[in-house]
Amino acid sequence: MSGTFVGMPAFPEAAAEALRNAQLRTNLAHATGTIRAKRLAVVGEVEGWEDLRRAGAAIKDEVLLHLDEHLVELERNLQAAGATVHWARDAAEACRIVSGIARSHRVEEVLKIKSMVTQEIGLNEALAADGIAAWETDLAELIVQLGDDLPSHILVPAIHRNRAEIREIFLREMGGVGRPAPADLTDDPARLAEAARLHLREKFLRAKVAVSGANFAVADSGALVVVESEGNGRMCLTLPEVLISVVGIEKVVPTWSDLEVFLQLLPRSSTGERMNPYTSTWTGVVPGDGPQEVHVVLLDNGRTRALADEVGRQALRCIRCSACLNVCPVYERTGGHAYGSVYPGPIGAILNPLLQGPGHDEQTDSLPYASTLCGACFEACPVLIDIPSILVDLRAQVVDARRGGVPGGEALAMKAAARTLGSARKVRRAERIAGLVGRLDLRGRRLPGPGKGWTRERDLPQPAREPFRAWWKRTGGRG
Amino acid sequence: MSPGESSGTNPARDAVLAAVRRALAGTDRAPRAARHRPAAGRPADVDLFVERVRDYRAEVVRCRPDEVAGSVGSALTGVAGVVVPEGLGFDVDGALVDDGLGARELDAIEGVVTLAAAAVAETGTIVLTHGPGQGRRALSLVPDLHVCVVAAEQVLADVPAAIEAVAGQPVTTWISGPSATSDIELIRVEGVHGPRRLVVVLVEPRS
Ligand code: SF4
Repeated sequence: MSGTFVGMPAFPEAAAEALRNAQLRTNLAHATGTIRAKRLAVVGEVEGWEDLRRAGAAIKDEVLLHLDEHLVELERNLQAAGATVHWARDAAEACRIVSGIARSHRVEEVLKIKSMVTQEIGLNEALAADGIAAWETDLAELIVQLGDDLPSHILVPAIHRNRAEIREIFLREMGGVGRPAPADLTDDPARLAEAARLHLREKFLRAKVAVSGANFAVADSGALVVVESEGNGRMCLTLPEVLISVVGIEKVVPTWSDLEVFLQLLPRSSTGERMNPYTSTWTGVVPGDGPQEVHVVLLDNGRTRALADEVGRQALRCIRCSACLNVCPVYERTGGHAYGSVYPGPIGAILNPLLQGPGHDEQTDSLPYASTLCGACFEACPVLIDIPSILVDLRAQVVDARRGGVPGGEALAMKAAARTLGSARKVRRAERIAGLVGRLDLRGRRLPGPGKGWTRERDLPQPAREPFRAWWKRTGGRG
Repeated sequence: MSPGESSGTNPARDAVLAAVRRALAGTDRAPRAARHRPAAGRPADVDLFVERVRDYRAEVVRCRPDEVAGSVGSALTGVAGVVVPEGLGFDVDGALVDDGLGARELDAIEGVVTLAAAAVAETGTIVLTHGPGQGRRALSLVPDLHVCVVAAEQVLADVPAAIEAVAGQPVTTWISGPSATSDIELIRVEGVHGPRRLVVVLVEPRS
């Protein structure tokens, strides 16, 4: 099982399809524009934001370069706090572990807190195959699940749906899986949220087993951290008897005090809030409070593959804030579905190929081309991931893989560009190079392999002839 | 065999750790650079705390130490059923003291009153560590109204100060306003699964 949605067309076709979907484009432009503005305002409030970004990147680099030691320490502290620690090499193994725990409690359902990693491993489908229903409890995920749909944005997965559609989905689907929506439901967002509250409350109160991810796992204390807005996370972490958390091995931070950096970086970069409504931390089993059986599944599933990639390794710093999506001109015009994967946008364009390796499949190989290399993602990223350099390096890897390992002209040009990008510290410089690479790749001639499809679609976003910041200044992001 | 080496009993664990070591083979594992530390001793601004809590559309009531019970009572006007944790330190009229109520029993109660462990001025956040007077986690989650009593001297300047204040606590909950969602057309709705109303009663010494 992979992180790529099975049967999805490669990015160029999917993007062309999405471009024809006017509602998706309008909603996305509104969403990304709104979140961008909020983010800029709350980031501007913080003195020393650049220092914080550097601190975040440095902590994550420290984790990655000593990942084995931090994982062993995390495991020891989790066990000392009464948690059972499991290890999973891949998606199938993680799903087997979770399903095994659920089945040992003879439950027919589990509750879920929105978590990208459980989507990545296809947990809901695996549980369904074992006769266990997995209920999503995040409002957007609930909309997506009830609508039998795919999420389109990390943060607001149902942004492609408007309120009238959501009302219809609730009226049509809720009754079949639990408490029905009130018959007089309107499309007022407050009423829709209330319908979700009533529908899920019943499930929270009877839940025996919940499955979560974690935003951070603290090695020196064994604490897991979940950052959320709605309170569905707190419900799942608190009310059930059994809690299973699936945690990617890159989620470790060394010490409790490192959280001071990430609890500042994440909410401001993500929802553009000073602080998200709820953050929960817990250390194993807390006597008399919450689940008395706690499992943690530490997941590899390609992360050690990404770790071995010297250029791409930094992608594992990602804290899934989605800031890079909201500033990406390609993402804004095509939406998350076009990436055909759990991880969309600029981070998806590097993470999916890094987790799976070049030459894995057409869809994944096409992702490093889903960018104009404008550098806006790098500028927004709270942990300073140099996405443009990784993209260029991955393009070279894809071309190599498709040529049977012999680097050709494009590959060499891209390797050179990757080196230049890698050494460039200034985004301005990256933007100039981006313009160059854009012309080289897309205007001069058509690319072989995955790049070819991308260049065929003429109504796709143009390469950055105009640097992103110039475009932004000129249009205020509306152009 | 050093700690963390193969135990021989868990092949998945051994494989993942071995893959990590392979991936890092040949990499310079130098110790990391100096980390960001919190700006020491920044004084907390209580007025800023009040403003930032209100930004989340939570309510703030400011009162003197001898007015706490009265302010809490007013915040609970018209609320059907109130639960309090042990160790609250003052009486709430007609309130049930939590003795391990079940989730369904809690669901039938409309309001809860707790203390906090700390608060953050810069972000308008209250932090619970669920000790005496704060109650277990479900208590301040299931009822629809959360009244939280915070002493002015508990208000810290920023997130780093609060992280330090609650270090070593097995469980913490950071609350910034009522539960909220922007999942429908990005329109903010206060109140999804957690309490839909948050009232912070801020207790300030007489000056
Ligand atoms: S790559 Fe950076 S900006 Fe994008 S989601 Fe990850 S942390 Fe956020």
